[in-house]
Amino acid sequence: MKVKLNIPISEEEIRKLNVGDEVSLSGIMVTARDMAHKLMHEEKPDFIRKYLENGVIYHCGPVIKKEGDEYKFVAAGPTTSIREEPYESEVICEYKVRGVIGKGGMKERTMDGLKRCGAVYFHAVGGAGSLIASRVKRVIDVFKLEEFGTPEAFWVIEVEDFPVIVTMDSKGNSLHTEILEKSRKVYEELISE
Amino acid sequence: MMELKEHFLELIRQASTDLPPDVEKRLREAYEIEDEGTPAKAVFKTILEDVEMARENSTPICQDTGTVNYFIYLPDGEKQKPYIESGIWAAREATRKYYLRPNAVDPVSGKNSGDNTGKNAPYFHFTTWDKDYVEVKLLLKGGGSENVGIQYKLPDINLNAGRDMKGVKKCVIDAVFKAQGYGCAPGTISVGIGGDRTTSYMLAKKNLFRKIGSKNENPILDEMERELEEKLNAMGIGPMGFGGKTTVLDVFIDAQHRHPATFYVSVVYNCWAYRRKTMIIKNGEVSYES
Repeated sequence: MKVKLNIPISEEEIRKLNVGDEVSLSGIMVTARDMAHKLMHEEKPDFIRKYLENGVIYHCGPVIKKEGDEYKFVAAGPTTSIREEPYESEVICEYKVRGVIGKGGMKERTMDGLKRCGAVYFHAVGGAGSLIASRVKRVIDVFKLEEFGTPEAFWVIEVEDFPVIVTMDSKGNSLHTEILEKSRKVYEELISE
Repeated sequence: MMELKEHFLELIRQASTDLPPDVEKRLREAYEIEDEGTPAKAVFKTILEDVEMARENSTPICQDTGTVNYFIYLPDGEKQKPYIESGIWAAREATRKYYLRPNAVDPVSGKNSGDNTGKNAPYFHFTTWDKDYVEVKLLLKGGGSENVGIQYKLPDINLNAGRDMKGVKKCVIDAVFKAQGYGCAPGTISVGIGGDRTTSYMLAKKNLFRKIGSKNENPILDEMERELEEKLNAMGIGPMGFGGKTTVLDVFIDAQHRHPATFYVSVVYNCWAYRRKTMIIKNGEVSYES
């Protein structure tokens, strides 16, 4: 199914999504990687709360250009999500996050958070840095830039038609687990030849 | 006339922003054969749009612009120093121009040098040859795909793989299964057989300058490449690991003599964003090819 969604997204809308749905996202989202997740998990800062409520976190360490006082996204594909597995479930529930975008998928702990607090995992296309950057319309704000550096800062961005695919839904389904098990059958045949 | 260092910068710009035509053609074929409405079809569509946009805007195909690896072939007697200086200058300048992301981190202090330079960064590999021209080959190798590469030591009890070509094939199948979508599939798989731990990986890395669809000069290895490509794709891991008909774009295999006691199989995984470029300097004229 192809769906257009505007952020903020309600819990009801998110719970309707299924694995395999192609979603086009528009609205405000926040980039967060390892340092940002550690901070949200340990200190639960309030400065980011208004952007995350019914909002979306994007696992991304962008290439950014500064033109005068303005920041511009040059290349901004997803980074590997599994590094945030220790934190994500708590972050989702604490901040009422409705979606997490990244690549490679996540595991049981995050899945539990998706089910319990009403969120999904969106997969962006790894490597598609230029295309995704072109869907970033403007940088609204940035937090912890000095302290964390460019890739690790919280970038609050407005996006339009950001293309993603649901690979973990709020009902407990994961495309990653499904493909792993399917490919394992062929692998076992091939390896025992 | 452009200086040597500016040609190095242009080489980086092209590698980072302009996907080689053989790779793009293969990705387009992969797009064509996927069924409508599948996640795999959507991924290939996005990939192809990204490739076109990066070329048009001269922006990086992927924000992970990889590690900078130069393989330089020089005629006898030619000095290395100007090439090293130009290669380092170009890495710095390319970072400043956003063709490269700062990707060189000192593992001891944890500090990012900020300009892609440092110890063995960029990396230079020189070879002297008996031709009368210079070739500078550049590979920008993404970190995520480098992480899924594996080196095997045969025999391998877990895989029931012995010291023969059947054992080698099992290693390659195992590596690609374990990689799933994590190396930004569909990948190009380059395999180095024999040598020691270092030269085994190096053989595989250098072979990434082959073109997609090219034949192996060794008929036995050529047949193995075709067989493995078919089997790896049969696993159905697909682009990004979403399931699909194309898990690998191609398989390259090279072999070298080994020590009687060792038998290494090194599997290098290159992400779909296969960024390689070659610069040829002949009679003062510079040309670029993929």
